[in-house]
Amino acid sequence: MASYVIRRLLLIVPTVFFAISFLFLLFFVLPGDPANLLAGGGDRIPNPIRVEQVNDKYGLDDPIATQFVNYWKRTLTWDLGESFATGRSVNEILGDRAKNSLRLGVWAIIAEVLIGIGIGVYSAIRRGSWVDKLSTVGTAVLSAVPIFVLGYAFQYWFAVYPNTHDWPQWARLRTSQIGPPGSGDGSWFLFFIPTGEQWRYVVLPALTMAAVSTALVARLTRSSMLGVLDADYMRTARSKGLDERRIVLRHGVRNAMLPVITLIGLDLGAVIGAAVLIETVFSWPGLGSTIANAVEDRDLPVVLGLTLVVVLVYSIVNLAIDISYAWFDPRVRLAKRDDT
Amino acid sequence: MAILDGGPTQPVSTVTSASDRRSPAYDFWRRFSRNKLAVLGLCFLVFLILTALFAPLIAPFEPRDRGDVFRGGPSRHNYFGTDIIGRDVFSRVVYGARVSLKIGIGATTIALVIGVVFGAIAGFFGGWIDTLLMRVTDIFLAIPYIVLAVAIASVFGRSENSIVLVLGVTGWLGVSRIVRSSLLSLKELEYVEAARSLGFSRTRIITRHILPNALEPIVAFGAITVGSAILAEAALSFLGVGPQDPTPAWGLMIFQGRGDLADAPHLVLFPGLAISLTVLSFQLIGDGLRDALDPKQR
Amino acid sequence: MLSTPSSDDVVVTGLAAAGREPLLAVRDLVAGFDTDTGLLQAVSGLSFEVHRGEVFAIVGESGSGKSVTAMTIMGLLPSVRVAGGEIRWKGQDLLGLGDKEMQGIRGNEIAMIFQNPLSALNPVHTVGRQISEAARIHQRVSKRAAHSRTLEMLDLVGIPEPRKRAAMYPHEFSGGMRQRVMIAMAIMNEPDLLIADEPTTALDVTVQAQVLEMLAGIKDEIDSAIVLITHDLGVVAGMADRVMVMYAGRQAELGSVDEVFYQTQHPYTAGLLSSLPTLDAAASEALVPIPGSPPSLVTRPSGCPFHPRCGRANDSTCVSDVPEVRQIPSGHLAACHEAEEVRLECQRVFAEQSASAEGSS
Repeated sequence: MASYVIRRLLLIVPTVFFAISFLFLLFFVLPGDPANLLAGGGDRIPNPIRVEQVNDKYGLDDPIATQFVNYWKRTLTWDLGESFATGRSVNEILGDRAKNSLRLGVWAIIAEVLIGIGIGVYSAIRRGSWVDKLSTVGTAVLSAVPIFVLGYAFQYWFAVYPNTHDWPQWARLRTSQIGPPGSGDGSWFLFFIPTGEQWRYVVLPALTMAAVSTALVARLTRSSMLGVLDADYMRTARSKGLDERRIVLRHGVRNAMLPVITLIGLDLGAVIGAAVLIETVFSWPGLGSTIANAVEDRDLPVVLGLTLVVVLVYSIVNLAIDISYAWFDPRVRLAKRDDT
Repeated sequence: MAILDGGPTQPVSTVTSASDRRSPAYDFWRRFSRNKLAVLGLCFLVFLILTALFAPLIAPFEPRDRGDVFRGGPSRHNYFGTDIIGRDVFSRVVYGARVSLKIGIGATTIALVIGVVFGAIAGFFGGWIDTLLMRVTDIFLAIPYIVLAVAIASVFGRSENSIVLVLGVTGWLGVSRIVRSSLLSLKELEYVEAARSLGFSRTRIITRHILPNALEPIVAFGAITVGSAILAEAALSFLGVGPQDPTPAWGLMIFQGRGDLADAPHLVLFPGLAISLTVLSFQLIGDGLRDALDPKQR
Repeated sequence: MLSTPSSDDVVVTGLAAAGREPLLAVRDLVAGFDTDTGLLQAVSGLSFEVHRGEVFAIVGESGSGKSVTAMTIMGLLPSVRVAGGEIRWKGQDLLGLGDKEMQGIRGNEIAMIFQNPLSALNPVHTVGRQISEAARIHQRVSKRAAHSRTLEMLDLVGIPEPRKRAAMYPHEFSGGMRQRVMIAMAIMNEPDLLIADEPTTALDVTVQAQVLEMLAGIKDEIDSAIVLITHDLGVVAGMADRVMVMYAGRQAELGSVDEVFYQTQHPYTAGLLSSLPTLDAAASEALVPIPGSPPSLVTRPSGCPFHPRCGRANDSTCVSDVPEVRQIPSGHLAACHEAEEVRLECQRVFAEQSASAEGSS
């Protein structure tokens, strides 16, 4: 087991290396003068002073190989550079924005686990009940509606409409910024729980973020649970005289969770995609919107720096999930033990 | 023994139904059509394809034509209202079907081709080729596709084709995984050994015996992938990296309409509805295909 | 005792003569699946008894209803509806029992072992935990006490190094070992009846013999009865006291193993016996199968369900009337219009075979 973990950890290195290098080369190798592109190329006419600044600072006149090496040299000392656009240190931006994205992420995960799994298990046990039917329809719809459309829908129903139609104050939610004016980063308790007026700004983006992933988890849990309920070992448990409730809880759920675990947290591409979209819709200053804007602006250090962190986190989270999967499923655990 | 001599005194009664004489295609259709929702999805898809094909006949206006009414609500004249510069939303939604279908189907086709090839090579040859290819897919998976998409689109230009390319290049990962795992298990089956002992060449084994079986799970996956591709296209258009104005892409239309949510929610509603229904129908079809092809239910 | 006067009294009196109250008594059981077109009968009028300490075998092909019978006794198939008849356990009506009471009996007084031990065991729990669970459900014992009993049981069923094994997971065991684990689990509470549904079908032949031998030993050890469901007549011959042959949801023949094997009364039984390959048959002798195939639940023939495949069937009663269960002395029953003729024929053939066997040895 230990050797397996170590092997996986080591694998992270080449993964990160190739992924970031690929992006790096993408920006540099493709047609167009890098400096131009960086300084706002495309149709816009570059500011020559800016171009020269950028060239100097990053040695963009050097051959690509040199740039490449220099980039990695800097990166390994965690010098992620400064934003081309604002000059702020990438590390600072990272710290700032990551917090906000994480806040939304935490709510999404709580919802996924509690509501998603709960609904999934219940729908499977009480198949055909109104909860089951409702959740089947609900999850199908939520999987088909684009997240940003859902975001705008929520915005409209809970914020825009109430505001333009003079609903009572308590019923109105807010969007388009992170917190009440003047509160800076918003006011939080225990890092992710909004306090006071803050919650009005948090509900909608968190809800949207949670909705789609919860739907996916609920669906998967339900089908996994259905499969488990039919399993032979459930019948054996019944033949031993166990009552239904204990059978489901003790024997069923743990087996049903196996595929669900890999789902939670797995598809980072989708999570980032969701983050980018939701943060754009709600003007939430998080990693997602920052990366999106940075790519727009060709703000390379920001793009590469943030993506590097994202890829690292993704690999580590994946590894953690794999390990916990082994804890849940003894068949996998023992195979890993034999794995040299 | 005398007891058994003389055989049956009566023909053994069995249910000889038409099922013995049906072709596999008809059989498949019967199973598929049992799923009402899947059929519903199929109907909508047909309707959508017809709409896309006959757009000029259906849309009362040209998608680029501007009228007098700005941000007008739905009316008898403009079924879905008009947008910021006076264009008829209904016509734009109708023409938008072309964009979405083209991108969705195009991207999925590319993804399937690349994915099947990669997956087949990895699955069939195994060994280090397999490991290498799996590492490559892991690396690709690690890059958030939005970053990649926005990057590629910014560099290659923002158009339909960029998006098709991007989605195709990121979408093959899932396909190859599926193909690979079915090949890995099929490879070990006895009938493959039988074929080899008869002296069939490797390619013949792959093409005639293994591929048809390995490709079955792809069919359902393909349908669902088109749905995801359309969702992704909508997201990318929304972010501004897809077809540009005045092309009527649904995602782009939502982006353009988002500022007027208070006065003109129809600008977001109708394209949003179009995307949702389209994706939903592909998902339903995909589910239906999967159930119909599932050997356990035959 | 049962006092319903009916032609089935014949069954009762035969065995009452032996002076023992049956542990399990099934009477006229009718059970099946509800469909749009009515009840699809899997079991149509089954009656039998099982006595303390005996091994009662139920034999039949797939679709004969033998598994459904077992599951219905245990109440493990919610999709099966009992439309008639009764099941009595120690005199108490089982079918009328509520869930809680049934749970009290399952695993405690009546236990079951299943055909495929790999899928029948939970892959994420250790074997020891699953076995201990059987005891802890029904008795107030501490974890430790249950665990030490588990180790005892593992030893009893012949698993080496029980302490180490109890901490392992089902997939780490071989097929035969897994089946032993299942048996250990079933006998934890010393049930009065053990229902074994094709316990050795999934095992290699040599392992089969070992497991059966162990099972017979255990039965004596804890003084329980066994209902052995199988399609393998060899297993029946080796282990059972009495046997019931089922066909199309009904009993074809029932009696002691000797009676059924050597004084066969039903053509189906005869067919099964003669289709067995024998070691001393000439290599060129073809195996004699029973022509045709068993009817599906949906298309039961009229009259005697076996008549389309029977070489003995007459054109009148066999086609139109379901044969009554007839008793020949001592509790041997057969459901065949031509039972007497069949018996004589079988005796003659058997006599011929033993004569020629003697002659050639």
